Amino acid sequence: MKRWLPLILFAVLVGFFAKGLFLNPREVPSPFIGKPAPAFTLPVVATANAYAKADFSPADMKGKVWLLNVWAPWCVSCRQEHGVLMAVAQSQSVLFVGLNWKDKDREAEQLLADHGSPYVAVPDDLSGKIGIDYGVTGTPETYVIDQAGIIRMKHIGPISPDVWKEKFEPKLKELGA
Amino acid sequence: MKSLLFSLLLALAGPVWAGEAVSIGEDPVIEQRLVKLGEELRCLVCQNESLAGSHAELAEDLRREIRAQMKAGKNDQEVIEYLTTRYGDFVLYRPPFKPVTYLLWLGPLLFLGIGGGVWYVTLKKRRALENTPVDEQQLAAAAQLLDGKK
Repeated sequence: MKRWLPLILFAVLVGFFAKGLFLNPREVPSPFIGKPAPAFTLPVVATANAYAKADFSPADMKGKVWLLNVWAPWCVSCRQEHGVLMAVAQSQSVLFVGLNWKDKDREAEQLLADHGSPYVAVPDDLSGKIGIDYGVTGTPETYVIDQAGIIRMKHIGPISPDVWKEKFEPKLKELGA
Repeated sequence: MKSLLFSLLLALAGPVWAGEAVSIGEDPVIEQRLVKLGEELRCLVCQNESLAGSHAELAEDLRREIRAQMKAGKNDQEVIEYLTTRYGDFVLYRPPFKPVTYLLWLGPLLFLGIGGGVWYVTLKKRRALENTPVDEQQLAAAAQLLDGKK
């Protein structure tokens, strides 16, 4: 037993390193889980499924489960995600709100007109300040917000069909969306 | 000649190195506070860079925000709170001492204690061995064994 001790310790250490190697350093735990979504009011980008009002505020979504998808026209992985969101929006009744983050070249409107919009509203966060209020580090990031306006989940990175099935669908079901 | 040319080229290359992140503010006191605080904070885009030294756009935005808050009279603690409520303790290079980080902070002491314990026990065992009395008969047997080998 004594002879094997160093080897056992070594194996444990390797186990820790192996686990660490496969963790995603971008998956920083959000301090917002279980907390109310920060309030804001922003003008909306005119899109195909135009929002009825000129401004969007999270309070408008009270009583509904919705997803705040932080995206930007200049963000490459958001383009990948866009197709997935479109497919979801067409086949399920999911409320996506797309926070247009730091769109300095003002491309969002054209892009959504060309490729379709999965969003019910696209608040326009030109300065990026609202993104910072939500703890956004880089697009795309998606928050699941419940009927009471509490953030229940955050996903960092693009949503793939697998991520949607394994991460979002169970959460939405749990929240009764 | 070659080495002269080389050193000349080397001298020219100097200014090519990237400098500190550009500051946009003008108040030197606030700039100094910002740099000092920024070195304690992590840039969330390039995670091994400090907020003070990063060129990432988000870092620039955050610096601008911190600068504005400092101008508005907020102290360092309030600025740190602003960041941790949004980004969590992860923005701090020096994690706070609280239940989830007890092992992180006290772990080294724990290992020092374990090492010290093992060391003590080993020494004690060795001393006990040294103090074991050896009788004449055993010595003679040992000597015979050693001589016999010769």
